[in-house]
Amino acid sequence: MNFVWNGPMIAFYIIALGVLGAAVLMLSVRKVVYMALSIGGVFIGAAAIYILLGAEFVAVAQILIYVGAITILMLFAIMLTNHKAEEPPFQWTGRNIFAAVGSVLMAVVLLAVIRSTAWPVQPADVHLNAGNSNPVAIGLVMFKQYAFPFELVSLVLIVGLVGAVILAQERKEDE
Amino acid sequence: MALNSPVFPIPTGSLLALGALLFCIGLFGALTRRNLIIVLVSIELMLNAANINLVTFSRLGVNPSLAGQVFSLFTITVAAAEIAVGLALLLAIFRLRKSSEVHDLNVHKW
Repeated sequence: MNFVWNGPMIAFYIIALGVLGAAVLMLSVRKVVYMALSIGGVFIGAAAIYILLGAEFVAVAQILIYVGAITILMLFAIMLTNHKAEEPPFQWTGRNIFAAVGSVLMAVVLLAVIRSTAWPVQPADVHLNAGNSNPVAIGLVMFKQYAFPFELVSLVLIVGLVGAVILAQERKEDE
Repeated sequence: MALNSPVFPIPTGSLLALGALLFCIGLFGALTRRNLIIVLVSIELMLNAANINLVTFSRLGVNPSLAGQVFSLFTITVAAAEIAVGLALLLAIFRLRKSSEVHDLNVHKW
């Protein structure tokens, strides 16, 4: 694999290091609020990678939904529950050793497979967006080709949100 | 306005390796953490790693199309619904048991 050190490549490696660093930071800090904030860093870094890949609409949706909604929702949940919660210091119990070994093993296997596979180099003249800008192209594909899944996923969303409201409301059965 | 967004030849292997490492970090977090919120966050991390892979693959293949990006949008929607239901369950459990630790949720253990 021959690396070309141009601007986007350097940007990609810096962003990737930032994302992995934020993910490791999430697992190493002990206060739950800091964990929720560092996962925001992971989400923003992933959005930057989407922009580098030319998927601007997905990047903006990622920032709107993940950073804007999910992180804030998690902070609300932390505030509403035990907001002084701290993780106990990491201990090498049997379960944790098993989880660590399993994760490292899976990472090694995945990286070995990725390394041993010859990935096709993407052609330079690929026109994913078919002449439109990325949001227009995604809208056209979404409503022409994927109209039915789009309606179904809206159904999933409304069922999920109504279910969340019903689950989270106060029970009245003990009065 | 640039109609065709610039295409940077980032090697596919690097992107997939990033996704794989993020997935494994999320897996480790979901398996070892004790706070229920952090377990949910780790699951979101794994979903995000899958999204990076989907967007990466959307430009490869015999006929590259936007299918990967559209699929990752669907994944983001499902992740939003999942986290809403998960946090609502967390609130309900916290009201019942005054705790958000995974170890305190063994009511149905026999």
